[in-house]
Amino acid sequence: MFIATLVSDQEAASGLELLNTPFMINALIAGTLIALASGAIGYFVLLRDLPFATHAVAHIGFPGATLAVLLGVSAVFGLIAACTIGGLAIGAMGHRARNREVVTGTVLAFATGLGILFNSLGSAQTNLLTNLLFGNILAITTDQVVVFAVIVAIVLAVLALIGRKLLFASVDPDVAAARGLNTRALSAVFLVAMSLIIAISVTVVGVLLIFALLVTPAATAIRLTAKPTLVVALASVIALVSVWGGLIVATYQPWPPSFVITTIACVFWVLLPQLARLRGPVAAPQIATQTASS
Amino acid sequence: MHDVAVHRGKRLIWSNATFDVPVGSFTAVIGPNGSGKSTLVNLLLGGIKPSTGSIDVLGAPTRTGNPEIGLVPQNHSLAHAGSILCRDLVALGLAGTRWGVGLHGRDLAATVDEALAAVDAQSFGHLRFGEVSGGQQQRISIAQALITKPRMLLLDEPLSGLDLAGQVDIVELVHHINHERGVTVLFVTHDLNPLLAHIDSLIYLIDGTPEFGMVDDVVDSGLLTRLYGTPVQVTRSADGCVFTRTE
Ligand SMILES: Nc1ncnc2c1ncn2[C@@H]1O[C@H](COP(=O)(O)OP(=O)(O)OP(=O)(O)O)[C@@H](O)[C@H]1O
Ligand SMILES: [Mg+2]
Repeated sequence: MFIATLVSDQEAASGLELLNTPFMINALIAGTLIALASGAIGYFVLLRDLPFATHAVAHIGFPGATLAVLLGVSAVFGLIAACTIGGLAIGAMGHRARNREVVTGTVLAFATGLGILFNSLGSAQTNLLTNLLFGNILAITTDQVVVFAVIVAIVLAVLALIGRKLLFASVDPDVAAARGLNTRALSAVFLVAMSLIIAISVTVVGVLLIFALLVTPAATAIRLTAKPTLVVALASVIALVSVWGGLIVATYQPWPPSFVITTIACVFWVLLPQLARLRGPVAAPQIATQTASS
Repeated sequence: MHDVAVHRGKRLIWSNATFDVPVGSFTAVIGPNGSGKSTLVNLLLGGIKPSTGSIDVLGAPTRTGNPEIGLVPQNHSLAHAGSILCRDLVALGLAGTRWGVGLHGRDLAATVDEALAAVDAQSFGHLRFGEVSGGQQQRISIAQALITKPRMLLLDEPLSGLDLAGQVDIVELVHHINHERGVTVLFVTHDLNPLLAHIDSLIYLIDGTPEFGMVDDVVDSGLLTRLYGTPVQVTRSADGCVFTRTE
């Protein structure tokens, strides 16, 4: 019904027919692409203790998007550019920076303020603001789907290549460096990949809800299994179910897809580990609690 | 090591280091906090370069990523390894430098089993690293260092945070590795006592120069008093020595 209200000339469209409309197909493809990438990205975000950085990079993308619109360019390209710069800046700051959280939080607030400024200098579209902050998966165009597909393909190919090295450098940086891995280069490559996926995920769930799509599924999966490849696969499946569930429910209910997507992801996060515990003792590792508190 | 000096930034850490550590020996490295013990470890790994002099390790100049040297770092920063299985962490020591994904493969599993057996860690290899005790984590670190079948093992304060029994366990394990496999061991420690029965030699960092000596020649109250800056008395027993601090 949420979707039906958007389709003015299709008053009588039923839920199932809506699944066949072009914007719905775009939404399903875009959502699937992002879910596929979010499993691996989310896992390394947890291992590298970057959940807050994820949130911050999305916020840094916000002024990029509104500035792009102000300049007459596509908001998605603004997002991609600003997120990548933000991700690299956070990487340059390094893990050892003592007040990393304070610096990140301050930049995040400043970026958000800038974003509102650029928006008000332009057409001050409330539509654009709402879409950026809360996402609008139904507004994704076919051109954007093509861009997303290219980005996700590149990111997954790179992660497939460096996955094992990145895992070593993430969980055991000292020994990885001693064994000759270039941990700085690996970190930079990961931050760019992460920032690209954040940029395109903003179009689905928005700056404010990014956590639920990019981090929560991996945080759920990591409590269920310890095998790296299984965590990644499971996290992607959880993200996929959340996105598809959000789209399908939105055809029947007057709820925005972003709400349903984040709700499904959060319900999984709460319930799945409980269910697994009923089945057999699965110890929750420290990393799960770390994530919950950040 | 010949006439080596090392700087970090602009600061001279130590200089005039000239010594040879015999292959196959078990050598303790002692010195006050900040005297440059970890710096020595890092030099041998090729992570930093000496500002003067030359260093050969196992017959070749130092280089980074040498699989012939196993490392157990100080405060092994495995904060983010809590969710990983112990055996996967060990596997990364071997496979973690290769392109690709995944830690499967029968050969790898067999090599990991071997490394776990070498440190008597088979019983907890399947647990998450965050779920095992400090002593068990240290064993996993050693297994990880051993998996490349190194000829030299560098351990940077592996005893910190362990109780007396745990310290003895680790020292016995390292002695066994040194003895059975002929692995040259450099063991950084603040407390010589648990090591005295097993070490052959000593590198001590005082007054800005690392010196090398055989245990029997150098372990006396004079050296230890200089080292710790507090009067130390050495009491010798049949199988080694025990020293105590005196007021
Ligand atoms: N990455 C670095 N950059 C600059 N200076 C450093 C660095 N690491 C260590 N230092 C300095 O080098 C000196 C020697 O440090 P090192 O870590 O080698 O000492 P240590 O003997 O291992 O001490 P501890 O017993 O506390 O482990 C210290 O004064 C330290 O401040
Ligand atoms: Mg040290």
